[in-house]
Amino acid sequence: MTKEMLKGNVAIAEAAVRAGLNAYFGYPITPQTELLEYLSARMPELGRAFVQAESELGAVNMVYGAACTGARVLSSSSSPGISLMMEGISYIYGTEIPVVLVDVMRGGPGLGNIAPAQADYNQIVHGGGHGDMHPIVLAPANVQEAIDITYNAFDLAEKYRTIVVILADGSLGQIMEPAELPEMKPLLMRQPDWATYGAEGRPKRFLSSINIDPAKHEIFNIRMEQRWQKIIANEIRFKEYYLDDAKYAVVAFGTSGRIALSAVRSARAKGIPVGLFRPVSLAPFPEQALYELSKRLEGLLVVEMNNGQMLEDVIKITRHQTPIDFYARTGGIVPMPEEIEAAILRMVEEPVNTTEHPRDRWLARLSQELIGGS
Amino acid sequence: MQTEIIIAGFGGQGVLFAGQVLAYAAMDQGMHVTWIPSYGPEMRGGTANCTVVISDEEIGSPIVSRPTVVVAMNKPSLDKYENMVKTGGVFIVNQSMVDREVERKDIHSVMVPANEIAEEIGDKRMTNMVMLGALLANLNILPVDAVEKALKDHLPVKHHKLLPANRQALEKGSSFIAAPVS
Repeated sequence: MTKEMLKGNVAIAEAAVRAGLNAYFGYPITPQTELLEYLSARMPELGRAFVQAESELGAVNMVYGAACTGARVLSSSSSPGISLMMEGISYIYGTEIPVVLVDVMRGGPGLGNIAPAQADYNQIVHGGGHGDMHPIVLAPANVQEAIDITYNAFDLAEKYRTIVVILADGSLGQIMEPAELPEMKPLLMRQPDWATYGAEGRPKRFLSSINIDPAKHEIFNIRMEQRWQKIIANEIRFKEYYLDDAKYAVVAFGTSGRIALSAVRSARAKGIPVGLFRPVSLAPFPEQALYELSKRLEGLLVVEMNNGQMLEDVIKITRHQTPIDFYARTGGIVPMPEEIEAAILRMVEEPVNTTEHPRDRWLARLSQELIGGS
Repeated sequence: MQTEIIIAGFGGQGVLFAGQVLAYAAMDQGMHVTWIPSYGPEMRGGTANCTVVISDEEIGSPIVSRPTVVVAMNKPSLDKYENMVKTGGVFIVNQSMVDREVERKDIHSVMVPANEIAEEIGDKRMTNMVMLGALLANLNILPVDAVEKALKDHLPVKHHKLLPANRQALEKGSSFIAAPVS
């Protein structure tokens, strides 16, 4: 296979097509629109279903219905659009329907702006809808990883009858990089033993997220939690860079992870033994690996494009084995490698006071810098 | 070894396309490359830029605050990027669209009358390729031939009638070599 120059949004779309996507439903929103735009031509060309819905609410419920038939179904949106889909996402989870969703995050809260951000972490990783639920959340950092994750996402969703969310951001949506696309899988109309594709010759099936009897719903929730334990055991993914001899590490995912890689290289060139731990599966989070790593570190820096959402998880996971520091930009501002490098140097030269929350020092400094006063 | 390039100008001057052509050529030469546009609620006549990073290893950040090379296609880009170019870096300015010289003495700068050259070739749309030719001549990471080949290999066939003018623009641009740093 040869490499092609591919834009993140388009690469995800074509990888889904090659994974045997039967149907796509969506509504345009920057910085995700190229994904939908590409499929609006590509899907009909292949005789497959593409519908631009009247809104994200319409789209997610079309996804729900189509996926109930056993079809491979995708939708994509960006932060405010994903918020609109939340009810449907919970219904899909409550019905145990495999679905793949893409969130190309942008600056929030509110309508915010169209620049890259990572502030949907809590909404997706710790939720993705009301009730006890655990979507599988995967965060690619480059176009090749986005392709590989998307190509396998449908198998993963079907294996566990659950929702897989690909959590990207505006930068990954808009970037172009050389990448290799996988082979086209044959298009199948799957007929899994739970799906409702027409009951001729067999007893009818019924799919719903309504479970009016609390005792039964409790059993459903326990069963789903058991399934989640299997997902934790089997589906954790992360990438490590320069950690073998590291005394310090940066933890960052997606775009902030790849920017941190430049900062880590540059700090290493100055003699600082620092590495990068980049979670790829945010749910399930690589807790054990990060905990083990933290035990042999002198300091750990969490970098995000939000006010410290993953930070809380890292604090919980590492259980005070190492001092934690924090650096972030938010609201659509992307941190430059030099800013992260400066934060690495600060972690080494001015170790954090462990009685203070890592966010406090960051907030005081950034407040001073951006607003003046504290 | 990593080189970071920003190409900036007005929307419609072909800055995003020039960056893409460069990225394709780098890919064809087996290098790692990223191309990322400034994207926003912008329109023709507004400002646009893209960042291209070319490297021999996996690329970390696709954005930079201290680029090795900047191509400034207009006055706002000259003003915005002059102070950002890395010391010892290259700054290529479209002379046709600015009213001053480059002030910094610690960077290699060159003024290219790209609009006039493109008009001589007979196609105003070639301004970006003139600037790209100057960039390649001053950068020494990709030969002009590699970009000509990338244009031929990746442009849709219906645009191939423009290849000779593109070649001419790249070659004329490549004759502008920056003065040594004083």
